[in-house]
Amino acid sequence: MTSGLWELVLQGVWVTVQLLFFSSLLATAVSFVVGIARTHRLWIVRFLAGFYTEVFRGTSALVMIFWVFFVLPPAFGWQLVPMWAGTLALGLTYGAYGSEIVRGALAAVDPAQKEGGIALSFTPWQRMKLILLPQAVPEMIPPFSNLLIELLKGTALVSIMGMGDLAFSGNLVRLALQESAEIYTYILLIYFVIAFLLTRVMRGLEKKLKAGVGKAPKKKTAAVRVPEGSGVS
Amino acid sequence: MKWDWSAVSDFMPHFWDGLLVTLQILVLGSLVSFGLGLVWALLMRVPSRWVTWPIGVVTEFVRNTPLLVQLFFLFYVLPEWNITFSALTTGVVAIGLHYSTYTMQVYRAGIEGVPVGQWEAATALNLPLRRTWTAIILPQAIRRVVPALGNYVISMLKDTPLLMAITVLEMLGEARLFSQQNFQFTEPLTVIGVAFIIISYLASLALRALERRLVH
Repeated sequence: MTSGLWELVLQGVWVTVQLLFFSSLLATAVSFVVGIARTHRLWIVRFLAGFYTEVFRGTSALVMIFWVFFVLPPAFGWQLVPMWAGTLALGLTYGAYGSEIVRGALAAVDPAQKEGGIALSFTPWQRMKLILLPQAVPEMIPPFSNLLIELLKGTALVSIMGMGDLAFSGNLVRLALQESAEIYTYILLIYFVIAFLLTRVMRGLEKKLKAGVGKAPKKKTAAVRVPEGSGVS
Repeated sequence: MKWDWSAVSDFMPHFWDGLLVTLQILVLGSLVSFGLGLVWALLMRVPSRWVTWPIGVVTEFVRNTPLLVQLFFLFYVLPEWNITFSALTTGVVAIGLHYSTYTMQVYRAGIEGVPVGQWEAATALNLPLRRTWTAIILPQAIRRVVPALGNYVISMLKDTPLLMAITVLEMLGEARLFSQQNFQFTEPLTVIGVAFIIISYLASLALRALERRLVH
């Protein structure tokens, strides 16, 4: 491979990293908003949040990407830059998975903690911010870490829409060289390295957050994909 | 927003064709992933680093890299090595292989969940290793992992559209083809989006019922 082709791959890495960064930010925001909304005292808020989760978890990420790229522009009269369209589709889809993690971690906090907050006449918001979240967030990190890897794998989907990410640059190099084994091996290796680095960073984050509430991380966490059907894990 | 019902009815025959292919991928892919996953899980228990280490590395690699690139790899590289499959077969192999790295962990958890007493009883009865596995351990292990395996079937359903990228005409492939021929994107894409939601919702209901029946 010539240096020009490597440059193409590096540009692809940069697009993938950017897309991963933005969509993970959006997914985190969606996860927390929807996950917390599912513990709201009004049934309509819980229902809407649950509906959102079912719809976005139910459909395929790739179908969602097609929908954002092709249906949104004529329907609403505006067209998104590919980067933002990709971010929107991936963030909304993976945010729905993340909201289940947030809900599960909130539900797993010892009920006595919540009752303590009520006894001290904290407002619901104070209970969430001062009691539930500080204890729940460290528990969310291992499943979020797995979800982040799924999101990284999901970013490759935008290459189907012609966005110049890592998978797309692989296709360009294949066309240039008329030879695919080498380039696809490199592309897979690059994805693997990114995934490995992300896992390391998330490990460190978990350690730090758990130390903050006086716990040590579990020795070994198996990389299990986020459960799909609710109640099944 | 313009919605054209005639486009929906024009698309429906293609939709059924696509649905059939999607379900075909799903069933075959599930079978491959259940089989291969069990093989990986059993090989990981071989008491030799020369077996567990390579399998651990390969499955970790497959699990942490995008299915889409793996599809491209199999689709473009295998012909260079003079191995030619149809696009559908390639897709089924790729999706089955990818998900086998997940199901192997499910099986592992199931096998580890079998109480130690069962192993000890098998030893006490002097059962051969083969019989211990087939008559004692696996029937109990598999029973408790069925719901978790079902989750991966639902995940797999949502990854079947990726096969569109290697020219398989499943639901999304049909929708894209139809859109490009008729310049109507909204209706077919929405139809298949809704179809995915309905199928995966029904599947998760069925799974919950199955789980209630199995777990007691």
